Amino acid sequence: MVDLATRIGAITLANPVMPASGTFGPELAQVFDLDALGALVTKSVTPEPRAGNPLPRLCETEAGILNSIGIPGKGLDHFIAHAIPEWRRFRPPLIVSLSAGTNAAFAEAAARLAETPGIAAIEANISCPNLEEDGRAFAMFPESAAAAIAAMRARCALPIWAKLSPNTGDIAAVARAVEEAGADAIVVANTILGLAIDIETARPRLGAGMGGFSGPAFKPIALRLTWQCAQAVRIPLIGVGGIATAEDAVEFMMAGATAVQIGTASFVSPTAMMQVIEGLRDFCTRRGFTRSADLTGLALPGRRLAAE
Amino acid sequence: MDLAPAAFPVAERNAVVIESAPVGRRYHRLRLDAPDLSALSRPGQFFHLLCRDGAGSGPYLRRPMSIWRCGADEPLGFLFHVKGRGTAALAALRAGDRLSVVGPLGQGFTLHPSWRRILILARGVGLATLAPLTEAAARMGIAVEAVLSARDPADLMAEEFAGHSGAHVFPVLDADGSSDPLAVEALLRARFEAARPDAVFTCGSNRLLLLLQRLSAEYAIPGQVALEQQMGCGLGMCFCCVRPIRAPDGGTVNLRVCAEGPVFDLQAALGW
Repeated sequence: MVDLATRIGAITLANPVMPASGTFGPELAQVFDLDALGALVTKSVTPEPRAGNPLPRLCETEAGILNSIGIPGKGLDHFIAHAIPEWRRFRPPLIVSLSAGTNAAFAEAAARLAETPGIAAIEANISCPNLEEDGRAFAMFPESAAAAIAAMRARCALPIWAKLSPNTGDIAAVARAVEEAGADAIVVANTILGLAIDIETARPRLGAGMGGFSGPAFKPIALRLTWQCAQAVRIPLIGVGGIATAEDAVEFMMAGATAVQIGTASFVSPTAMMQVIEGLRDFCTRRGFTRSADLTGLALPGRRLAAE
Repeated sequence: MDLAPAAFPVAERNAVVIESAPVGRRYHRLRLDAPDLSALSRPGQFFHLLCRDGAGSGPYLRRPMSIWRCGADEPLGFLFHVKGRGTAALAALRAGDRLSVVGPLGQGFTLHPSWRRILILARGVGLATLAPLTEAAARMGIAVEAVLSARDPADLMAEEFAGHSGAHVFPVLDADGSSDPLAVEALLRARFEAARPDAVFTCGSNRLLLLLQRLSAEYAIPGQVALEQQMGCGLGMCFCCVRPIRAPDGGTVNLRVCAEGPVFDLQAALGW
């Protein structure tokens, strides 16, 4: 028997596998029992309704996708009234992804979510444009990332997971800044900005121009970011970026992640998360790990596998 | 491997190909051994197919493919135009190969038991999406008339469309000018006058959609249209496949072709 139980601060997950925000919805319950997941992570909710970006919103590359969906949604009021009750049909801890354009809007929305029953934690999507900084993402810089997290922390008693962006020059500095600002965990990382051009029309292939790149080709970059963050902070890390198999998940855990998120892989295989949970159990059994939590950080400098 | 027990309405499954054959010059058909999925499927629904050839080569994302043949006594079938990397990989599959399918997905066509007669208007491979409707209508005792538009007789695929349903096919062709919009309008008016259908159905052509919207509004005949769109997840999670659809209040709303569609009310659809 392998114990897959996973602790992220005060929250206990049945296993370390959860969806990545934006690639998941209650629709997946048509394919398997969502109660088998470690946690549920919603699409990002924004304070106000948003229409989303022009089409095409997604384009394919050799081993991944570019997306610029634009966070379409009906806004926070509708989310609290309608989406939260729908999510509460399921047992795993509910993580609400929150996006906003200013520190004050992040704080106000976090305060509203903190009053709403049934939410285990807020995932702060600080990879979105900061309207007070010429639209540069909050997570690009330690100062703006910390300011957004601190503003939420002051108004919200729920655990806050800061979702970092790979579009920064010094991920370790951003990770330290959000830890000091009061984040309870770090999700690393969001999509990396990319571009594809249709050479027949000489226009970007996405309606919005640039988009976020994700999928298997992004995995080495996300793994490196996880490894760098693991050496910079003490709070738990949730690794995300290109994970499609249990072997990928084990890599992220060995690089320092306590849990993992799976996104793009669910588009190719809707049962990918279930396959990763089963494969993780099989790996632990084969290598004699009684607790999957013991994988965390094994590949970090100074750590090594125990002698057999 | 099938991780989705029967309690779940959508399966992810490696199904064995039992037939893979070219149809005419540009089309191809596949039939799969998946009797339970075929029985579950409804006309107008689709599967999301992992388009990898026997060597595992093909595009990264799945491709949505409308159902051409389904039912309790019929292998699950797809009929498609071999056009890009995805459909080329599908056409390279051989009997005995495995194809990963996710489905059945989406909202299919609706047939009311009180209806006596329907009319189908299809262009090109759009007929594949409407073909299973002929069998379903036949089982309900609903007569089917179909206006099929194609380049020439080789592209018409009347047999692939009608199967054993007894649908009455009116071919119209580019080759002899009978598919010209004015000629098709005259033909539809003649059919509406001679044997007024209780509902009309279309797929595959913007021009024919707009024509059918106009005529069926004039004759006050309800209709349904199957729309296409590029998809990411196929399940309603990624919001990549939205299209503007007319709302009851007169405005438009972005709806997901994979989840709210692919079949929409004929008058609610917007041309493209």
